[in-house]
Amino acid sequence: MIAAFIVLFRRDLMLGARIGGGAGVGLVFFLMLVTIMPFAVGPDMALLARIGPAILWVAALLATLIGLDRLFQADDEDGSLDLLRMSPLPLPLVVLAKGLAHWISTGLPLALAAPFLGLLLALEPKALLAVTGTLLVGTPALTFIGAIGAALTAGMRRGGLILSVLVLPLMIPVLIFGISATAAALSGTIPFMTPFSILIALALFALVSGTVAATLAIQNAEG
Amino acid sequence: MRLVIDGLASIRSGRPVFSGLGLALEAGEALAIMGSNGAGKSSLLRIVAGLLPASEGSLRIEGGDADTPLAEEAHYLGHRDALKPALTPLETLTFWQSLLGRPLEAPQKALERVGLGHTAHLPSAYLSAGQRRRLALARLLIAHRPLWLLDEPTSALDAASEAMFNGLVVAHLASGGMVMAATHAPLGFASRIFTLGGRS
Repeated sequence: MIAAFIVLFRRDLMLGARIGGGAGVGLVFFLMLVTIMPFAVGPDMALLARIGPAILWVAALLATLIGLDRLFQADDEDGSLDLLRMSPLPLPLVVLAKGLAHWISTGLPLALAAPFLGLLLALEPKALLAVTGTLLVGTPALTFIGAIGAALTAGMRRGGLILSVLVLPLMIPVLIFGISATAAALSGTIPFMTPFSILIALALFALVSGTVAATLAIQNAEG
Repeated sequence: MRLVIDGLASIRSGRPVFSGLGLALEAGEALAIMGSNGAGKSSLLRIVAGLLPASEGSLRIEGGDADTPLAEEAHYLGHRDALKPALTPLETLTFWQSLLGRPLEAPQKALERVGLGHTAHLPSAYLSAGQRRRLALARLLIAHRPLWLLDEPTSALDAASEAMFNGLVVAHLASGGMVMAATHAPLGFASRIFTLGGRS
């Protein structure tokens, strides 16, 4: 069972990396959102440094939505999902393997790119570290919350738009605690670990509940 | 080993598709499911595969491992070929073999049996519709499943490929396998015909 899990995980990583996989698109979108911000708010370094973490977080949240619609839709369209459902690997583990592979090819690059993009926003080193840390923990939460919407809209044409509307409200708590952990690291009025541990809890909760909810959505899809 | 279907009914979107359907399929037997469009041929196969819930009735496989669910005793070949354009045929079959378990034939050998040995390292995106269908057929050979559920298996196949496919089915039946195929045209191998009533 573990072998089957790893095989599916590796296939999805491979598909994401190949032509048409779309793993890089979210990252490019993230880069674009962050680079257009200084044009929008003006070249005030102090202001950019102050709102920089928020810009990075909102941009990462939006970039996560890109490509999320293909998480199950691609397998649903070509019939692979039917065969995955019939395989000896239990469906929750299929969902988990696909979600993890999706996070590694789309979410993790966002967290790793954040410190470099933070330089563009004149963030101080402490803020760079805090944003990277919170994104590292927060992006899996975003991916697995998104997986619920992806499973619900798998059989829908143009499901990506509905998906965004469905899951964005659910992502708000992750955004709140991601930002407040970053703010805590900078201002020091509350300890960094207080909001950060809630963020970790949200990520773990999303990992489990997202997997279960997406499994139920796939099982009950008419088709 | 035999498949027993008892009092099966299917309701799709509030509309009854069929009801009170009962049949038994013995080892080594092929069943051709015929019927007009919308009679529920595909629904029946998907219910047996566990992909659609049955509204009523029971399905069971007798003489197999009691712990193995019906879905894991069956191969399902639907309308769609379940192939990824970015993967080569060899990668595709190797992946499915590892995932499905109970390996039967080596991926390369399965490709040669369906006449795709020369395309093993070519991305599936470059395959023609008939070649893609043959690659989907090769997936039946790589993992052991006694029951084959085939939905219009010969669509997109030319005469030579159809003969090749008939050979695969005959060999599967000879080894004690079972085949349920939804079809419009008569199949090229000996099979019992089961007709589903159409909508009125």
